[in-house]
Amino acid sequence: MLEVLKYGFMQRAFLAGIVIAVVCPAVGIFLVLRRMSMIGDTLSHVALAGVAGGMLGGIYPVYSALGVSILAALAIEKLSKEYEQYKELSIAIILSAGIGLATIFISLGNSNSAIFSYLFGSIGLVSWWDIRIIFVLGFIVLVSILFFYRSLFYIAFDEEAARLAGVPVKWVNLYFIILIAMTIAISMRTVGVLLVSSLMIIPVATGLQISRGFMQTFIYSILFGISSVLIGLFISFYVDLAPGGTIVVSSILILVIIILIKNIRRK
Amino acid sequence: MERLLDVKGVYFGYNKKYVLEDVNLTVFRGDFLGIVGPNGSAKSTLIKIILGILKPQRGTVVLLNSPIERFNQWDRIGYISQRVRNFNPAFPATVEEIVGANLYSQMGVFKFFNKEHKTKIKEALDVVNMSDYQDHLIGNLSGGEQQKVFIARTLISNPEIIFMDEPLVGVDVQSQEQFYGLMEKLNKELGITLVMVSHDIGVITDKANRVACVGNRKVCVHPSTDFNKEEHIRDVYGEDLSILHHKH
Repeated sequence: MLEVLKYGFMQRAFLAGIVIAVVCPAVGIFLVLRRMSMIGDTLSHVALAGVAGGMLGGIYPVYSALGVSILAALAIEKLSKEYEQYKELSIAIILSAGIGLATIFISLGNSNSAIFSYLFGSIGLVSWWDIRIIFVLGFIVLVSILFFYRSLFYIAFDEEAARLAGVPVKWVNLYFIILIAMTIAISMRTVGVLLVSSLMIIPVATGLQISRGFMQTFIYSILFGISSVLIGLFISFYVDLAPGGTIVVSSILILVIIILIKNIRRK
Repeated sequence: MERLLDVKGVYFGYNKKYVLEDVNLTVFRGDFLGIVGPNGSAKSTLIKIILGILKPQRGTVVLLNSPIERFNQWDRIGYISQRVRNFNPAFPATVEEIVGANLYSQMGVFKFFNKEHKTKIKEALDVVNMSDYQDHLIGNLSGGEQQKVFIARTLISNPEIIFMDEPLVGVDVQSQEQFYGLMEKLNKELGITLVMVSHDIGVITDKANRVACVGNRKVCVHPSTDFNKEEHIRDVYGEDLSILHHKH
């Protein structure tokens, strides 16, 4: 057995990592195709306010982050109706609210190192309790995505036609934004709040480079997600770096390599 | 004859100003109805009212024997909107995935294609002569080819009536001829009722059996054989117009 896997904390890091490596791109592909990439970033910053608030109030941070980001997701939906013509404004407002609250909560508390682990991710601090939550929520998100796969695909392609084909567009959209919040809540332990949205976006960007069709993009994105997380966790362990950084940099390197190979082949 | 669509006394407007007044329109099974009229004459608005996308201030719409407010048999109708081809051309979807999307209401819990779905997709693509393109990316096809794919997508749920809003905008002349050939096949051989908005008065009045003229807030329907193109054009564009017939 590989040396890294002898350590209990690394076993937990890999278990959590593989779950989020599958879930993040599976959700992210619909964010990218609907040009909603910024929502991932916004909700993760709001999740930080949840983490800091949870630490202050003595609540398990994954729960408080989940609660706060679901509320924020609903608020984005509501605000985007207020600003029909400026849809991106609702995202900017919630992003500001999230960072503002997070800043206040962080300065009220005095647990900077714990906040750091949620900002940049940590491999040493994933507990068995975390693993349980990650598996349960990860399972719910993945099953939901498979269940709504066809409707999400159709809405991303043409919302009006989807509605006429019988897709309950309004409800699917609402549930999807809650799924994004859940994905962020389970991912922040490993990749960190700042980099969750990268893991949702970059493997999909890589998948789009080589795939021919939607199903292919979906599968490739997940495979690239898994490779980024595995490579990133190994580097994090051996070089002692924050896993969020190593995972995202690995995913960027994979993207660059794929683009280079594609360009060389074309010539 | 069986009535598939009944529009009665419909008034529709924006800001208290009506763009359609007292519209009455009936479509019978087997019809090919062309809706013509100048730009901005509310042709697309009429289609949207018929499909329940817009709500009229007064009047009723009954589609397939059901008032449009309570209509839920979406698999019995097809709709090809004006902006159907305004999608992101880099969207990573194959022709098969796009056509299969309309099987939505017939798929099981996890909505993945099974053998029966794949056969249906193949059959729909056969009708529009596009079965060789099943694995192609939708964004890589020409305007005319994409149009055929969207028709196949509509056909897959075996609709009884298909509504089309300016389906030929941005489609080259050769593909337009093929399109009308296909419409004839759908209408005559497969017995599908067609309702098509078009600004190309010359062609649509030749192909359709009935024509609804929209203009000056009114809609009048007559058999296409009674339709006098030059008179209609003069009505719409004014008496000063003269039509030059010429060949290139």
